[in-house]
Amino acid sequence: MSGGVAHAPAGGADCAPVLRERGQREVFCGLTGIVWLHRKMQDAFFLVVGSRTCAHLLQSAAGVMIFAEPRFATAIIEERDLAGMADCHDELDRVVTRLLERRPEIRTLFLVGSCPSEVIKLDLAKAAQRLGTQYAPQVRILNYSGSGIETTFTEGEDACLAALVPEMSALPAGSPTELLVVGALPDIVEDQFMRLFAELGVERVGVLPARRACDLPPVGPDTLFLIAQPFLTETAMALENRGARHLEALLPFGAEGTTDWLRAAAHAFGVDDMHFNRVIAPGRERAKRAIAHSREKLEGKRITFLPDSQLEVPLARFLATELGMVPVEVGTPYLNRRLVGRELALLPAETRISEGQHVDRQLDRVRADRPDLTVCGLGLANPLESEGLSTKWAIELVFSPIHGFEQAGDLAELFARPLRRRDVLRV
Amino acid sequence: MQLAVWTYEGPPHVGAMRVATAMEGMHYVLHAPQGDTYADLLFTMIERRGKRPPVTYTTFQARDLGKDTAQLFQDAARDAIERFKPQAVMVGASCTAELIQDDPAGLCDAMNLPCPVIPLELPSYQRKENWGAAETFYQVVRHLADQSIRPRGEGRKLANILGPTALGFRHRDDVIEVRRILDALGIDVNCVAPLGASPADIARLGAADFNVVLYPETGMEAARWLEKTFGQPTIRTVPIGVGATRAFVREVAALAGVDPAPALDGDGSRLPWWSRSVDSTYLTGKRVFIFGDATHAIAAARIAQDELGFVVCGLGCYNREFARELREAAALYGVEPLITDDHLAVEDAIAAASPELVLGTQMERHIAKRLRLPCAVISSPVHVQDFPARHSPQMGFEGANVIFDSWVHPLVMGLEEHLLTMFREDFEFSDDAGASHLHAGAPKAAAPQQALAGDTIDTLWTEEAERELKKIPFFVRGKARRNTETFAADQGRAAIDIATLYDAKAHYAR
Repeated sequence: MSGGVAHAPAGGADCAPVLRERGQREVFCGLTGIVWLHRKMQDAFFLVVGSRTCAHLLQSAAGVMIFAEPRFATAIIEERDLAGMADCHDELDRVVTRLLERRPEIRTLFLVGSCPSEVIKLDLAKAAQRLGTQYAPQVRILNYSGSGIETTFTEGEDACLAALVPEMSALPAGSPTELLVVGALPDIVEDQFMRLFAELGVERVGVLPARRACDLPPVGPDTLFLIAQPFLTETAMALENRGARHLEALLPFGAEGTTDWLRAAAHAFGVDDMHFNRVIAPGRERAKRAIAHSREKLEGKRITFLPDSQLEVPLARFLATELGMVPVEVGTPYLNRRLVGRELALLPAETRISEGQHVDRQLDRVRADRPDLTVCGLGLANPLESEGLSTKWAIELVFSPIHGFEQAGDLAELFARPLRRRDVLRV
Repeated sequence: MQLAVWTYEGPPHVGAMRVATAMEGMHYVLHAPQGDTYADLLFTMIERRGKRPPVTYTTFQARDLGKDTAQLFQDAARDAIERFKPQAVMVGASCTAELIQDDPAGLCDAMNLPCPVIPLELPSYQRKENWGAAETFYQVVRHLADQSIRPRGEGRKLANILGPTALGFRHRDDVIEVRRILDALGIDVNCVAPLGASPADIARLGAADFNVVLYPETGMEAARWLEKTFGQPTIRTVPIGVGATRAFVREVAALAGVDPAPALDGDGSRLPWWSRSVDSTYLTGKRVFIFGDATHAIAAARIAQDELGFVVCGLGCYNREFARELREAAALYGVEPLITDDHLAVEDAIAAASPELVLGTQMERHIAKRLRLPCAVISSPVHVQDFPARHSPQMGFEGANVIFDSWVHPLVMGLEEHLLTMFREDFEFSDDAGASHLHAGAPKAAAPQQALAGDTIDTLWTEEAERELKKIPFFVRGKARRNTETFAADQGRAAIDIATLYDAKAHYAR
């Protein structure tokens, strides 16, 4: 489905060769997704089966949330488990039993695989099945992998949502067409989109993940889905396997991206063009006005993205087309042309696209390019700042509301702020 | 399997990173899966380092497992040495690589690398971060110390300062204070290690006459080996607190055969007078619960009792390696030693002890916040605010000044305490206001169902007694409730009325 959007101008970055790199990668593993997923799904608990390293990562990433009785924990594998002195499955049953006794409000429990659990070939899928029958119908027990060997940062959300897809009930054949919005969005953003769909006259809209994991929307051949995040490769395939159809669109970043994304749904649901324009005009105008505040700071500035979350390509598109920034290199941990192909086409032809990472070589390129702003992880941000390069730390883009019309100004401001700060400091 | 939300210590390879990052000219090649690089940001963010930690991770992924991860490791090691040109390289495995059983040491042997290679065996499924740091530092010293260099034994005495690492609680400023003391005594510093030391510096450790171990958790293992190998005696007293610092000065002076006076006279220690001045009188007998790493917890207990006049009502540590030392200390204060790495057990112990002040780690800070108790941080693990810009040692006489200020700050000030006790219904000085100089203590944002520590009333209480209890200032109410209930149980009273409350008060009167 083309969604009726005009084709990209010739000479975008979609045909340019992609620099594919292997080597040392400075990225998070998929376990990090738990930090925001557990806030979104209020009745779910995430139990990582892993090592002390996994627990340490989670507390380093989650910071203060550890103390608000968070709905995640780690079952730390110990030497007894490895030496075969304790049966891993018995141990897991014991831990899960203790956990569910302590937290009776849990309706969905995710057993999350890690590098250690996968290397020792601990079959968590089987464990989820076994425990699932034991605790049905109170608790649904599912499994996915958030390990570093399988997943990079936001791919943890992809794996988690893909595990939910088989649990969605079947939308009976011949039902009226339903829209499904896929990707964990901040509640405020989700509500804004729901209001817009209602105004457009798109009435039946489900979201994945739902705020309560036990309220999953149905899915079937009469489902059309929009992805709200670019990193949902597995989830999109799982939905297609259940007959749902993907609506291709830009991702809802900025005025243009959000318009295109909404229009894809509006077209598919036969919404009249005039009506569409009327509904989105106020939000679109507000977004453009809000973006304009940062334009002066960002226009003509050169930006490099180091790979982190797969948000790099759509965000580079937003900064290039809506703020006049010049993308130098756009690195992404994984490039799925089906999901971000339209974004690629809108990037300037000379943009260097890279997939994967060899961190030292990539830093050499950053030093040679000397962009005005480098988007990177927290392990690299301060070291680059101390070399005189301005940075924007990438994780904030995953932890802040940035989608949709009303957040377009905030999104632009996230990039403008480090540059403004650099200019105001006199020390 | 152990169910854990929070862990006081990271895995042992993080301890190895702390040693590598502390040093100059050292590189660590770590066999680890993609994602383990998260540990970099402990150094770049919490400690605000402006350089990447000198760690190359192989970052293997699933698709590499079927192939030759050993080759991946060798390539990473070769590239790292070529790019960074370290004087020495440490090699080891993280928890996942330990399972795939590539042997970093053996792999390097076959490579003929152009610099010394220090293989690390860090059992991830039994040991933790501090042990990892101690073992790593020991291996570095054992591999690099030149055994032909011996203590010179004449002229000005030379000392090594051992134990400070990257990501150590106040290590940066402690070293400055200890150097100042040695300088006043006319003792030269041969080497501070691992913090700031290069492999070349480590090679010359043998030249010193003796070793000062600042942090047994990370430095004692290496010190023992140096003692055995070079006959260098070890100063084991940790100079945290005025008394401990004086003892440290005398011990060092005796060992070096110098006069301790220059370091003791006009020592700049304000704590004794601050503590004796009348506005500190209200600190007398305040009950304090102490938890952290063993070294800081034991030192804090001594300061609390001997230098501030507190009563130690709980003492514990999370590192089992030092359980013996902690038990001995707990015996001094007549409290049950708490040796655990389970923060829920610590929380229970704090709630049961009803202290008026908690001294602990970042964890205890959160526990205290939940129980609405004053708290100060004395030990790792800590957040970014405990790597301050200003000079803030824990050691030496200046460290004692810092400690006095930071421990007393969270307490409601003396006069305010009097007013709270006199005007219990005061609308501004009430439970909902907290201490006036601590805006963060104002619990307005707390969830309504969150009870105060000591607000959950047993059915034993009459309504009248319950109301009376609520008039007692919140920071001592928990203790009053517990004392009253204990008293009622001892006396076999079936109900707690106002009379019981005041009988108990008289019984426990200080």
